[in-house]
Amino acid sequence: MSDEREGARVRVVIVDDHDLFRAGVRAELGGRVDVVGQAGGVADALETIRASPPDVVLLDVHMPDGGGVEVIRRICGELPDVRFLALSVSDAAEDVIAVIRAGARGYVTKSISGAELADAVARVAEGDAVFSPRLAGFVLDAFADVVPDAADPELDQLTPREREVLRHIARGYMYKEIAQRLEISVKTVEAHVGAVLRKLQLSSRHELSRWALQRRLVSLD
Amino acid sequence: MRLRVIPDRPSAVRCDHGAMASAPQTAVAPGQPAEGEPDPATSASGSGADAPQGDARSAHHRLQRYPDRGLLGGVGAGVSEQLGVPVQLVRFAMALMLAAGGIGIALYALAWRLLPVAPESEGVERPRGAWREAVVIVIVALAVLYGLRRAGLLLGDSLIWPLVLATVGLILVWRPVAASAGPDAARRIPPLRALLGSSGRTELPRPVVGVMLVAFASAALLHALGVLGNLGKALSAVAIVATMVGLLLGPWLVRLARSLSFERAARIREQERADVAAHLHDSVLQTLTLIQKRAADPREVAGLVRRQERELRRWLFDRHDSECGDSVKALLGRAAAEVEELHGVPVELVIVGDAPVDTRLEALVQAAREALTNAAKFAGAERVDLYAEIGPSRVEAFVRDRGVGFDPAAIPDDRRGVRDSILGRLERHGGHAAITSAPGAGTEVELVVERGRGERGQVSMSPVPSS
Repeated sequence: MSDEREGARVRVVIVDDHDLFRAGVRAELGGRVDVVGQAGGVADALETIRASPPDVVLLDVHMPDGGGVEVIRRICGELPDVRFLALSVSDAAEDVIAVIRAGARGYVTKSISGAELADAVARVAEGDAVFSPRLAGFVLDAFADVVPDAADPELDQLTPREREVLRHIARGYMYKEIAQRLEISVKTVEAHVGAVLRKLQLSSRHELSRWALQRRLVSLD
Repeated sequence: MRLRVIPDRPSAVRCDHGAMASAPQTAVAPGQPAEGEPDPATSASGSGADAPQGDARSAHHRLQRYPDRGLLGGVGAGVSEQLGVPVQLVRFAMALMLAAGGIGIALYALAWRLLPVAPESEGVERPRGAWREAVVIVIVALAVLYGLRRAGLLLGDSLIWPLVLATVGLILVWRPVAASAGPDAARRIPPLRALLGSSGRTELPRPVVGVMLVAFASAALLHALGVLGNLGKALSAVAIVATMVGLLLGPWLVRLARSLSFERAARIREQERADVAAHLHDSVLQTLTLIQKRAADPREVAGLVRRQERELRRWLFDRHDSECGDSVKALLGRAAAEVEELHGVPVELVIVGDAPVDTRLEALVQAAREALTNAAKFAGAERVDLYAEIGPSRVEAFVRDRGVGFDPAAIPDDRRGVRDSILGRLERHGGHAAITSAPGAGTEVELVVERGRGERGQVSMSPVPSS
């Protein structure tokens, strides 16, 4: 939990266009984190975050005026220390991958429990990546089709180990359990997930957009 | 996911049939020139009494052509079908028309282009190739022209050839209009190409070729009539008048076009809104009503909410899923939903890739369903995770819970059957299953099936047909 990871409590801003939902998340998080601000729209969010930069922004993927992606894009350059955790009901892989590629360090679904959410926030605050089973599935799907870019094949493919870690996440294992099963340390698991996140953000835009295009043409997930 | 295109194809075909069925009723513009055709035919054959009968039939039976029955394009067969007279009579009437000025060729060619192919003739292979049609046309045209000239009935080459050229040009210009209404447009191109010879294969868009032909024919006509010298004056007069009219009517026309497109957009929006409203009414509103009624039973309410949520998600994000048949993904989703509903334990579903179902994959889905049921019934966990990865050569599925667990070495007798239906079933289909569990540590069932090589080819999918 957050307390054992960090002395000071994590400062969080919640951005979601549904008041009811913001209130719900706030209540679920309870005393585990320090909710320093809330916002119901993109402009609102920019103002709140700039006024008092938090450690983590809990960000809804779907909002009017560009959604979470827009908020990340505007804040990323200005305040590099602010980290983003996407929170969504969306099942559309494109949206989720888009927000990750914009710079979010993780994605969790809105059905997550309060304790799990607080844990995810703490992880993100420390600079780790948080992959829900669903996100792991999306990422495996995204990289399954990617034909390596001749210029930088390393970046466009997952290593067997990274794939193995992702598959365990998709199967519902926690980092600690994955570490045990693969006989590596939790830190190594975190490093693998971080590497996947980086690849997701940096790999050739062309290849991943081809993937997204294919999906959209034929079927949404 | 790409694989889903395969089952999608039939739906596209269905759409085409739908368009074909509705085309005769809605296609007013192309229908008009088509309907103009039989009139000279009836008047030429002198059978005025047939006309009312023809009208009565056309109420439910439009004029079509039957390429499989006709000598050339099946227009004669179509007219005879429409009027209820023997096809020979129609052909004789047409021959008379040809003799009466050569314009019959143009009329026939027009009808060929513009009449829709009868559905029953659709797809029937004609023995003749397109080039033979072209040869027949050219021979008939030459014979008719020669006959006319001998008979002294002809107006002269200087008039006939421009008229023929203009007709071909008009066909080219009008064709897209007719094609947009008829699904058999592609089918009509080969004879047209043959008619045009090489110009049909140029990269120039058809309308441009058509306009050029018509312009050339007009110039030739004007030249023949000896008015080409005055053309300059006439053209400038026409240009001045056209400019005036354009200036006068321009703004009004623009406004009209704009309001029409606005109206269209509004209508489309209204239609979409009605669709969404209908769906919400059938699903969400109904569920809300049910929830109000069952408010006393939290378990049932949770089940209702969960089911509605799943359905709404599918509607929002997975619209294509419902159209196509059984993919592994769809079946696993259905199995998970059923288990959720039966046992009230949520199933977290993550699926990578997809494939059409065969018997082996069917077995895997069944085993997964069994494992889910087991977990939901005995584990006492808050939720069950199902992860499936459908690769080109093998399919794996993992069913995991964080429940009470058990010692696999000491499986109680009452679970034997269940165990058989998971392990045994997969082994029968050349796969294997493994159960990992320990008391207090939850359970994971691993299911693996190798895929036949035959399916590999389907993994790569050509791009979606142009839309």
